[in-house]
Amino acid sequence: MDPTLAGALQALALVAALALSHRPLGDYLAHLLTSAKHLRVERGIYRLIGVNGDFDQTWMAYLRSVLAFSAASVLFLYAFQRLQNHLWLSLGFPAVGPATAWNTAASFVTNTNWQSYSGEATMGHLVQMAGLAVQNFLSAAVAIGVVAALIRGFHRNRTDRVGNLWVDLVRVTLRLLLPVSVVFAIVFVAAGMVENLHAAAQVTTLSGGGQSLPGGPVASQEVIKEFGTNGGGFYNANSAHPFENPNPFTNWLEIYLLLVISFSLPRTFGTMVGDRRQGYAIVAVMAVFWVGSASLLTFFEWQHNGTALQAAGAAMEGKEVRFGIAASTLFASSTTLTSTGAVDAAHDSLSPLGGGVTVFDMMLGEIAPGGTGSGLYGMLVLAVVAVFVAGLMVGRTPEYLGKKLGGREMKFASLYILTTPAIVLIGTGVAMTFRGERAAILNSGPHGFSEVLYAFTSAANNNGSAFAGLTVTSTWWNTALGLVMLFGRLLPMVFVLALAGSLARQQPVPATAGTLPTHRPLFVGMLSGVVLIVVGLTYFPALALGPLAEGLHR
Amino acid sequence: MTTPAVHPAEGPAHEAHRVSGGLLEPRQLLVSLPDAVRKLDPRVMFRNPVMFVVEIGSLLTTYSAIRHTSVFAWVITVWLWLTVVFANLAEAVAEGRGKAQAETLRRTKTEAVARRIVGPWRPGAGEVAEELIPAAGLTLGDHVLVEAGQLIPGDGDVVEGAASVDESAITGESAPVIRESGGDRSAVTGGTKVLSDRIVVKITSKPGETFIDRMIALVEGAARQKTPNEIALNILLAALTIVFLLAVVTLQPMATYAGAEQTIVVLVALLVALIPTTIGALLSAIGIAGMDRLVQRNVLAMSGRAVEAAGDVSTLLLDKTGTITFGNRQAADFTPVSGTEVNQLADAAQLSSLADETPEGRSIVVLAKEKYGLRARTQAEIGHAEWVEFTAQTRMSGADLHEDGTVRRIRKGAAGSVVTWVEENGGRPGEEIGALVEGISSAGGTPLVVAEHHSGEPARVLGVINLKDVVKHGIRERFEDLRLMGIRTVMITGDNPLTARAIADEAGVDDFLAEATPEDKMALIRQEQGGGKLVAMTGDGTNDAPALAQADVGVAMNTGTSAAKEAGNMVDLDSNPTKLIEIVEIGKQLLITRGALTTFSIANDVAKYFAIIPAMFASVYPGLKHLNIMALHSPTSAITSAIIFNALVIIGLIPLALRGVRYRPSSASALLRRNLGVYGVGGLIMPFAGIKLIDLVVQFVPGLH
Repeated sequence: MDPTLAGALQALALVAALALSHRPLGDYLAHLLTSAKHLRVERGIYRLIGVNGDFDQTWMAYLRSVLAFSAASVLFLYAFQRLQNHLWLSLGFPAVGPATAWNTAASFVTNTNWQSYSGEATMGHLVQMAGLAVQNFLSAAVAIGVVAALIRGFHRNRTDRVGNLWVDLVRVTLRLLLPVSVVFAIVFVAAGMVENLHAAAQVTTLSGGGQSLPGGPVASQEVIKEFGTNGGGFYNANSAHPFENPNPFTNWLEIYLLLVISFSLPRTFGTMVGDRRQGYAIVAVMAVFWVGSASLLTFFEWQHNGTALQAAGAAMEGKEVRFGIAASTLFASSTTLTSTGAVDAAHDSLSPLGGGVTVFDMMLGEIAPGGTGSGLYGMLVLAVVAVFVAGLMVGRTPEYLGKKLGGREMKFASLYILTTPAIVLIGTGVAMTFRGERAAILNSGPHGFSEVLYAFTSAANNNGSAFAGLTVTSTWWNTALGLVMLFGRLLPMVFVLALAGSLARQQPVPATAGTLPTHRPLFVGMLSGVVLIVVGLTYFPALALGPLAEGLHR
Repeated sequence: MTTPAVHPAEGPAHEAHRVSGGLLEPRQLLVSLPDAVRKLDPRVMFRNPVMFVVEIGSLLTTYSAIRHTSVFAWVITVWLWLTVVFANLAEAVAEGRGKAQAETLRRTKTEAVARRIVGPWRPGAGEVAEELIPAAGLTLGDHVLVEAGQLIPGDGDVVEGAASVDESAITGESAPVIRESGGDRSAVTGGTKVLSDRIVVKITSKPGETFIDRMIALVEGAARQKTPNEIALNILLAALTIVFLLAVVTLQPMATYAGAEQTIVVLVALLVALIPTTIGALLSAIGIAGMDRLVQRNVLAMSGRAVEAAGDVSTLLLDKTGTITFGNRQAADFTPVSGTEVNQLADAAQLSSLADETPEGRSIVVLAKEKYGLRARTQAEIGHAEWVEFTAQTRMSGADLHEDGTVRRIRKGAAGSVVTWVEENGGRPGEEIGALVEGISSAGGTPLVVAEHHSGEPARVLGVINLKDVVKHGIRERFEDLRLMGIRTVMITGDNPLTARAIADEAGVDDFLAEATPEDKMALIRQEQGGGKLVAMTGDGTNDAPALAQADVGVAMNTGTSAAKEAGNMVDLDSNPTKLIEIVEIGKQLLITRGALTTFSIANDVAKYFAIIPAMFASVYPGLKHLNIMALHSPTSAITSAIIFNALVIIGLIPLALRGVRYRPSSASALLRRNLGVYGVGGLIMPFAGIKLIDLVVQFVPGLH
């Protein structure tokens, strides 16, 4: 088949599949997050952890739970890695070094899944299954809980209660993430993915060379890696590894899985606030950026400058021949727009402007559609900013879904939009200042700078993909990026929950003809503009020195 | 500016719509310049975070320009300082407009001397001992004596006597008004002048807190506090400023790595270009000008918060009388009974009303004249007539005309009375008249029956006059506009529900509250507010005070009691209730202006990136030349042009900030579409053209090459 046609068909099939799941999955999540009934097994869990499942928390209590849970998870994961040589299924690997263990713990708890280690050469099966994979579920569920709290803030009136983290956490994990993971793990195994507890098998190739073939419980971990927008690969090569992503079908399915929750949550939002059109407007903005990014990236990768590229027909360096350009770029833009960070191609080898697109995707703040939960709350905070400016322009104190946006609300929204750029820019600036750290850069010139910029952007936005080429195994990089991931995850959550609390307390303003409609194309355009100008353009100077400097020729 | 004599609702429907302020004279900029320079004091600038950052940046570039002097560094330094000065100028001009008015007010204050009554005062005390003290020494509860020709020394209520008072000092209206003890017209304001008679006034305000004091503070902007919306917007602007500050500060290590270390001047220029200086510079001027627009319409808002709340109002409570209808009932038409010509009825009605001095009576004379061409005859013209004046007992007026020995008696009055009169004089009113009377009553009008009696014949009924509340011309269109804006109008009236409904339908209000008591009014406000709505109302009486205080926007009439004025958060010096609608529009316009300029300011950034970034880095990464899509002459001319554009845009937008953006009542969608088009898309495109044009000039400056 003609590769262009194949790419187009894949993309269309993806859009169709996402559109089909939007409604049922979104409504199912809405039901799950609002229902008053508990399953028996859930009641058992609540008794076990000492939680009253019918008790709603204030935003403060919700936040305390999130922070305490994250802290406990980091400590647990750190200890787990440090002690792995004493546990089963360690495959003979030694304890993970302190800096790497810290970085990895922070990384998996924050849903980033930045990996400064090579999976098949560092982690035993037990740590992978009972440590890292568990966080893949829980970190996704926590973020869905936080966005649920924000939606409740919009929907509820005159209350200081925004839900119960433990209930949200348990329900999302038990009723959504686990069952879907089981079903699709079987599909993946059927499609040829590895699923065993073997250590690496040593084989002799036909040409007489030796090769190590790593086994492992891959398929079971692969689903939640995508479905929970985690992205941490079982193997170092991530989804470019044939055992982790055997064929174009699994590749397509992985893209679908990493997009599906984030593209369905706007429906949940619309359903929960009782006005589905609001959800459609949000999903439209997400779609605009996703389509734009995928098209641009594909366009840049198809352009072939230079003799080598012309001979290959396209920029094939760093891409799997099994997948080709279109499937790789679709994967790359989807993974960078969703905070997943799984890769099926080396982003470092993308064309300069193509690489720029992937960095820019992350710079937008992982909101289009963004990570599970975190994407929607990021987009809603930007919607708050857009409504504020647009609301003034229609001559009223701005209100979104009947909730007034006053000083308090704008304070939290402003802090939210301030946080991630601050972390990325300060991190990159500091790294570029210290000569010693810069030595970790593989390439010189703008490409080397892009590698550093990519690393901090990826960590702060909890994406986790990497522009390989930067050696990040040093203590400095491990520590710095670990901190960046934690700040980039938890600070925004603080502001989102505070915003939820102050919205929930309000008495709603009834909508009239004088109320700004937030479901029309005009607002979709305005919100897209705010995302692009207020968030994206902040990084324009940095982008100019990296991807743009490299990609624009005389 | 004085208020137009025509009430807005009566004026041509479309001219009245546009809310606009005074024009800006170029001279004002010059006059305010010293004030603008004085505001450079960092302690003052600190209140405006965006411009404070620009000032710090200007200091840095000045230092840098002194150390490494170059034409470019100095040009940028000068324009950065100008940016700060222009921002201060905007504020100074806005404040300056109130200053002159404050001066006049202050003069009335200093001149006044009070004749304070010594010892306790009792009603009807007659001659009392008094002492002369400066007006500023008066305190709560003092009683003062004021006679013709004297200034009233402080705010208070008349407790004895009545006087005509010249209130032009505060209202600008030269016609005197009557102030008398008791009732709803007892309040007097310090600084106004008694023209006749003698009154005793009980002082109701503390020294330094009188109405005039508050007015002075308001028009000068001294008491100005940031409004909730302004605070929220300031937070957003501060956040954007910090983001850009970080972007610029961290750019240096990145640039150093690239081998293109930047000078302080360039970095500051980039920062100033990116932070939202346009809105930051004009924000406070917009707020002051908004208050000023109200002052120009003779409305005093006690706080900026009230003005903002006016923009948010979703329910307007409007008193029927004075707002929706003229103050009194007027004759609307004559309906004769069968067998009577309408002209005959009109003639009889007019004759019978010549002796009726009530407004209703006069309106009958006028209607007969205007509609049927019957000249109003004076009583003297018809010499041989006996006039029967209207009394509450007879409820009839009329005339007995002596013509050639016969007497023609005409009566007009309440249906029951006239019908009885007809019967007493041998006539039979018939069923027809009953139906007519019924019809008018059920439509909310007041029927007056006209009858005549020629001596020797039985009396007969001629027809009916329909007296009704006349709805002000153009008010219906006003309400339609309000509906477009999403505002519900509720008419408040003491009339019975039947009458109220008829008027409500005619005026096009959304709802009405009939037979309203102050308690009903209060309950209605509470109910609306309970549903999350903001309510605005006008009132003047003491019994309106609780409702005025409860409403989110309470506009007290200046003619009202001090209790009412104290309770409301705005006072209309013209005492024109229709102005409430204008107040809402001004509130909206204020918010729209802020939003529009914020959008404009943010959209401007795109072009500035394209001007400055290639200028900074094209020397090391030549590919970045492609970003110079404006084809600016050189790196220095590009940066200079962006900074000059940034400064000039502030000056260019001062008139808009003072006047407010164009506002026509329309739905939120329509408003957003328009403002997003003009200020969003316009803000995106305009700087490309502006910077290019400036570059075409700047490139010829020697030293900027």
